[in-house]
Amino acid sequence: MDSFLQNLINGIGIGSIYALIALGYTMVYGILKLINFAHSDVFMVGAFMGYYGARIFSKLMHGSEVVEPGWPLFTLVLLFSVACCGLLGYLNERIAYRPLRNAPRIASLITAIGLSFLLEYGGQMVFGPDPKFFPQLLEKHQLQFLGTSITSHTVIVLVVALIFMGILQYIVYGTKFGRAMRAVSHNFETAALMGIPTDRVISITFVIGSMLAAVGGVLYGLSYSKIEPLMGIMLGLKAFVAAVLGGIGNVPGAVIGGLVIGIVESFAGASPLSTYKDAIAFVILILILLFRPSGIFGKYQAEKV
Amino acid sequence: MKIDRIIPAVIAASSILLFGCPPKETTGAGGAPAADEIAIGHLASMTGGQATFGQQTDQGIKLALEEINAKGGVKGRKVRVITEDTQSKQEEAANAASKLISRDNVTAILGEIASSNSLAAGPIAQLAKIPMISPGSTNPAVTEKGDYIFRICFIDPYQGEALANYVANTMKLKRAAILRDVRSDYSMGLSDYFKNTFEKLGGKIVVDSSYSQGDSDFKSQLTTIKGAKPEVIFVPGYYTEIGQIAVQARDLGITVPLVGGDGWESPKLIEIGGKSLEGSFYSNHYHVDDPSPAVRDFVVAYQKKYGTTPDAMAALGYDSMKFLAAAMERAPSLDGPALRDEIAKSAGFQGVTGTITLGPDRNPLNKKLVVLEIKDGKLVLRATVDPAADAAAVTAPVETATAVATETAATK
Repeated sequence: MDSFLQNLINGIGIGSIYALIALGYTMVYGILKLINFAHSDVFMVGAFMGYYGARIFSKLMHGSEVVEPGWPLFTLVLLFSVACCGLLGYLNERIAYRPLRNAPRIASLITAIGLSFLLEYGGQMVFGPDPKFFPQLLEKHQLQFLGTSITSHTVIVLVVALIFMGILQYIVYGTKFGRAMRAVSHNFETAALMGIPTDRVISITFVIGSMLAAVGGVLYGLSYSKIEPLMGIMLGLKAFVAAVLGGIGNVPGAVIGGLVIGIVESFAGASPLSTYKDAIAFVILILILLFRPSGIFGKYQAEKV
Repeated sequence: MKIDRIIPAVIAASSILLFGCPPKETTGAGGAPAADEIAIGHLASMTGGQATFGQQTDQGIKLALEEINAKGGVKGRKVRVITEDTQSKQEEAANAASKLISRDNVTAILGEIASSNSLAAGPIAQLAKIPMISPGSTNPAVTEKGDYIFRICFIDPYQGEALANYVANTMKLKRAAILRDVRSDYSMGLSDYFKNTFEKLGGKIVVDSSYSQGDSDFKSQLTTIKGAKPEVIFVPGYYTEIGQIAVQARDLGITVPLVGGDGWESPKLIEIGGKSLEGSFYSNHYHVDDPSPAVRDFVVAYQKKYGTTPDAMAALGYDSMKFLAAAMERAPSLDGPALRDEIAKSAGFQGVTGTITLGPDRNPLNKKLVVLEIKDGKLVLRATVDPAADAAAVTAPVETATAVATETAATK
């Protein structure tokens, strides 16, 4: 029982990071019908921006690159990474995708793959191919809970992820901009005819998705410490499966999908099948494509973002 | 609108320029090879998950090289080392070996450290009849790939046995969990050898779990391990994962020590694992505070050149270069077959990591092994296993790990 609960908590921890990445996939798909393969590499850049941001802000705050844990630093680092990735998301859309807006969809897809490689191997050149180790931005406390052991970091990851998902939910369903987004996703041409600035809406969608990826990157660094330029590949694939599982294009679906993948993986890792942990996500993908191609929430969902 | 076309074009063009021509990895003496220089290849994981293995070995080799060339080189010719990065990957190790042999025409190859990478490179050296000496690959299969492949370190059956002995007899612990890396021949082999001896000594393996190199999340395996209540966890992986495993184990409230092999050895280990590694221990090829003159001279020279303390990989790199140079000096010619025969005859070579005498299977006989504990962020010597010091232990299994090493160290 103890280990059941512990595995559940472990799964929610990694699942909330998958969910943050999956949201970016699902938003862009909802609006452009494009699978933005470069998204997971924006997540990687987010983690590295957190790594370098921590050093820069430590230097500014204490005059030394040795990171002293604390909330002000964490908040600054998070915002810094979010800002950098928002900019990167904007540039990606502006430079790589917008010129292909009226080209066949396959052209955009190939561009997405190319951009993904550019970020991965460009990252190896800029950041170096060695794994880097994320500094401790916050003090770690151990909490005992019903026979399980949780660190304060797991709680923070979950809380921060939930806050940002809440913000997203508000933007999409509670603001005028969100309505524009939904309109564009519903019908691109009609939305343009109704006077919605579709290009701007699409740009901002990319920016929001990339910002969520940056949050995921920093939270990932906080809980797993090891970051490297190719880390986006596997995490991105799993987040993509999460988005498909939830019904791609569906915002709550991406969150549920991410959590499900995280929890299933966690239990698989604890079973004698631990060697095949990474394969589990893809087995799930195959099963969804066979039995329910539209995902858990795909069928009943009329509105897509 | 035009800018939309121009920007992608510029980016495409510049990325071809940037990424199309990767910088050359050779870090040789620079310039074209002089005709009378002897070229030696070094296969090293300079980047990736085992980066410090390659970097440390390379520094050890370069230090030995400096000393050799200062004394006039080998057979009156200067020696040059060409380092080729394997990026801690098997396929790159094989590519790098091919490059060294066909492009640089090297006389011999030193490397790799990780067994999986040596296993990938070995057959290429064997086919080209270029002797290859691994400084630190401990998996037995490495030298079984062919008669041109040698090593100067102990092998895993010996290491696994020594660790099992230490855990069962010295620490008196009977319940162990294993967490192995399925993508590493080294980790898989060492786990099996440990398990065999540990069970023979009356110990019980309560759970045998696995992960894949490059993973970052080990919590689910560790949760299972915690549930099985072991007294010790055997994790024979590489340092990058070990540091993370230690942190996550402590996060889950696991307090028992972790035990591992020489794959833990890295200046980065404690940087990654921090306080979580306190009280854990691993077996190694040498201890940096060993008082013997050979070790002291090496450590002082190394610190003078690089300003850091050498780890075991640096010591093995240094030894492998000196060992090869001695064989080259003795060999009638530097042809592959002639050099191979001479390396195979090596006996009584005095290195930093002990005396090296090669057996018929091209593995050194009776190498010394130390068990180190991580205490206050430093490595403390806990035991020395030195079969050469005790003739009875040459063939029989090592019965007890000698406690504290002062006497045995003196026998070198």
